[in-house]
Amino acid sequence: MKLDCKHVWEHISEYIDNSVDAKLREEIERHLEHCEICAAILDSTRNILVLTADDRTFELPIGYSERLHERLAKEMESSEKDSEKE
Amino acid sequence: MQASAANEIGLIARILAGEKELFHELIRPYERMVYLTLFSIVKNETEAEDGAQEAVISAYRHLSSFRGEAKFSTWLTTIAINEGRKRLRKAKGAAEESIDEQIEGQEGEYTPAPLTDWREIPLEALERKELREALRVAVAELPDIYRQVFTLRDLEELNIEETAEALGITTGAVKVRLHRARILLQKRLVPFLKTMAPARRSFFGRAR
Repeated sequence: MKLDCKHVWEHISEYIDNSVDAKLREEIERHLEHCEICAAILDSTRNILVLTADDRTFELPIGYSERLHERLAKEMESSEKDSEKE
Repeated sequence: MQASAANEIGLIARILAGEKELFHELIRPYERMVYLTLFSIVKNETEAEDGAQEAVISAYRHLSSFRGEAKFSTWLTTIAINEGRKRLRKAKGAAEESIDEQIEGQEGEYTPAPLTDWREIPLEALERKELREALRVAVAELPDIYRQVFTLRDLEELNIEETAEALGITTGAVKVRLHRARILLQKRLVPFLKTMAPARRSFFGRAR
């Protein structure tokens, strides 16, 4: 069976996640060899995922970690006092 | 690097046995994840940070109810999601709507945009600040149900099953939403990527 572009697009996410079966995978790969448009779509989608996983893309507020651990330390202190009272 | 599961279970046991201070160490690899989960729901930095603190405190207080059937990261993510949803409900007041009640939309919207020049975009383009900014905006503008799945799966790198468990939806729903989220982002970023692509070399230019 020969795949058309639309069919490839429907499976692009699963293809990236490596969760298509072997037969479909082979068909997609055969299609990608000669279809520049689908190959570019696959590349661009993959690159977006690479960029997403890059820690610089989604940054945490400055001082977030310090404030979190400070708050946690206070919580530990107060729970200690509570257990002493019991 | 996240602690190995065995290591983590050991840590949890020691914390529960009284070495409370070790909770700092337990939570450290997941701080980023907790914040990003909250942010994907409340979409506001201050709210996300407050919520992240609440979620971590809640995990600390309820650590004894962690039974180890799920991974610690999934358990913690579930707490973070609940905290985020609670804040969202509070913000929306009486006009509360369930996150899962949103309409899934038409299939036609989820067709990727062609970009034949992509292969010519130098890898350095991915380093550009503007592209990262564009991606942040695009993710923020995704419909809620897609953004949450995308955040857990592609940003926090949970697997399909863990994502489904944390959000309380089926793995099938995770796959559909993830696919749509990725396609929507691809579509949104294509015009931006095109401006970065160098002009196509002419046939003669290439022959030199």
